[in-house]
Amino acid sequence: MKDTPLSNCERDFLLKAIEEKKRLDGRQTYDYRKMKIKFGTDYGCCFVDLGKTRVMAQVSCELVAPKENRPNEGLMFCNIELSPMASPAFELGRPSELSVKLNRQLERCLRNSKCIDTESLCVVSGEKVWQIRVDVHMLNHDGNLMDAISIAAITALCHFRRPDVAVQGDDVTVFSPEERDPIPLSIYHMPISVSFAFFLQGTYLLVDPCEPEERVMDGLLMIAMNKHREICSIQSSGGIMLLKDQVNHHDRKIASVKVSEITELITKALENDKAARKAGGRCGFAESVPQERITALKKEETSVEMTDVTDRASEIVEKAEVPSQTVPSPVVPVPGVGQVGQGLQDTWGLEEEEEEEEDEEGGEEQEEKEITMEVEQHEKDSRGGYFEFSPSIR
Amino acid sequence: MAGLELLSDQGYRIDGRKATELRKVQARMGVFAQADGSAYLEQGNTKALAVVYGPHEMRGSRSRTRHDRAVINCQYSMATFSTAERKRRPHGDRKSTEMSLHLKQTFEAAIMTQLYPRSQIDIYVKILQSDGGNYSVCVNAATLAVIDAGIPMRDYVCACTVGFVDESPLADLCYAEESGGVSSLALALLPRSGQIALLQMDARLHQDNLDSMIEAAMTACKGVSKVLDEVVRQHLQEVSVLSRE
Repeated sequence: MKDTPLSNCERDFLLKAIEEKKRLDGRQTYDYRKMKIKFGTDYGCCFVDLGKTRVMAQVSCELVAPKENRPNEGLMFCNIELSPMASPAFELGRPSELSVKLNRQLERCLRNSKCIDTESLCVVSGEKVWQIRVDVHMLNHDGNLMDAISIAAITALCHFRRPDVAVQGDDVTVFSPEERDPIPLSIYHMPISVSFAFFLQGTYLLVDPCEPEERVMDGLLMIAMNKHREICSIQSSGGIMLLKDQVNHHDRKIASVKVSEITELITKALENDKAARKAGGRCGFAESVPQERITALKKEETSVEMTDVTDRASEIVEKAEVPSQTVPSPVVPVPGVGQVGQGLQDTWGLEEEEEEEEDEEGGEEQEEKEITMEVEQHEKDSRGGYFEFSPSIR
Repeated sequence: MAGLELLSDQGYRIDGRKATELRKVQARMGVFAQADGSAYLEQGNTKALAVVYGPHEMRGSRSRTRHDRAVINCQYSMATFSTAERKRRPHGDRKSTEMSLHLKQTFEAAIMTQLYPRSQIDIYVKILQSDGGNYSVCVNAATLAVIDAGIPMRDYVCACTVGFVDESPLADLCYAEESGGVSSLALALLPRSGQIALLQMDARLHQDNLDSMIEAAMTACKGVSKVLDEVVRQHLQEVSVLSRE
């Protein structure tokens, strides 16, 4: 089945909203959607929710013969499955252009940046090495698949444990998890991809585009970085042109901030899961879904204090100034050229000033965000390896 | 690292070039009579053939027709004898599908597609011998073929790869350097406006070094564009002399 195309009305509405610096889900330009990382019961199984986008990654391993030119290096293989389950636009059969693109980008992100130590995966040089396989399945497509995929893949790799082996002479013994504790992979760094979508001939830029936004975007720039501020891969796509200065400063600054945030979240999620497993508590995906309820109708509970909301809101509304109706008129250097911020200036650096203005305007909104921003500790305790996070907007 | 010295203390690379030196570029336009445009380009030992058909009526599935511009269809393939190990599939594997996608993207940005609504432009590129920088050689060859076909472009599209070794960028990597595990960056540039049509980077690199790499890549692309310009002028001169007679 082909995807239903976006109507002109919807398209215009979206673009107009972007022009006015508004987004469908109330986010700011550089905000990520709410991100959740969960783990399955097995090692190396990870679910990532990015707003409504949901992907699952499963890491597995097997013993294979190494490549002839690299006799003492293990192999890593990535596979991305775009099943029709995630979106009606995905079809079974031959891999689509999108799937090839995502697949290659993930491989570049993980393999070419050498994030795992492949030499430690060698068992018998030239004969047997471990092949690590990363399978990523789309469960729901709501935009920004690449970021979700990269987070799921690297988290699953960090979570994965391979069976221990012993070599005696020519005999290779693979121990089951009961006999010997499985061994984690040695991970050098965690590359995480951050996507930037360009709109209206590159005049506007958004981080983490959702599905409707992805449909109206002109181009996409994916930057994979690790927390050491090293760039692991860059890929521009779509027919958008970029100017050198833009790629240079702004995007990287934003990317490095986002990457350090996400890395922190992943480490926390991993620690929580480890603690839950150690405590012998319940863990895994099934545990995180409430029983006797249909999953599709499952609603996330957010602990929002409702006692004096109306009072506070009206107070804020009274104090707030009327938002100006002026639409920003950005300077387009050359048509078809992507840019960050407006008027070729580093608006990223001016963020603090803008922030203050926004505080006054969107006070009510701010209020709610602050509440949901807290990591929901109690929920995590009751559900084992379950961890929730809302990206900070500051 | 294979322990290979990619840049000697004297500043020479394994094939005797300086760090910023390009490989020798040789090209010919109009190598086939059947096609609307064709070109052959050698960059060092990497050799590519590009053929352009179109703009013509949409073929195959009509649903891809765009009412406001032309659709660009690219196919990248590598001859089975192009690499040291014989290739099993000349095209259709993941790498070449990706390369086709990138070529398509590059030329969608460069060709003035809005002039040919409801039509299609086919670009076929074949690598005859592969010695590093396949993407950039393909782009350069295809640019010449598109010019030969008389399809209007915003500018030449020039592409070049750049590697990073010992704190200095190396322009136009050959296969030995590419496989030596250096971080490499491929960039397709429209030299006159300085717009980047495609940017792709592999491997780890600290973000502070990116500036110098992009800078080096842009200089290299401008170098390539000079050569391409010369080839086009030469070709036109030859053709005009022939037609006068």
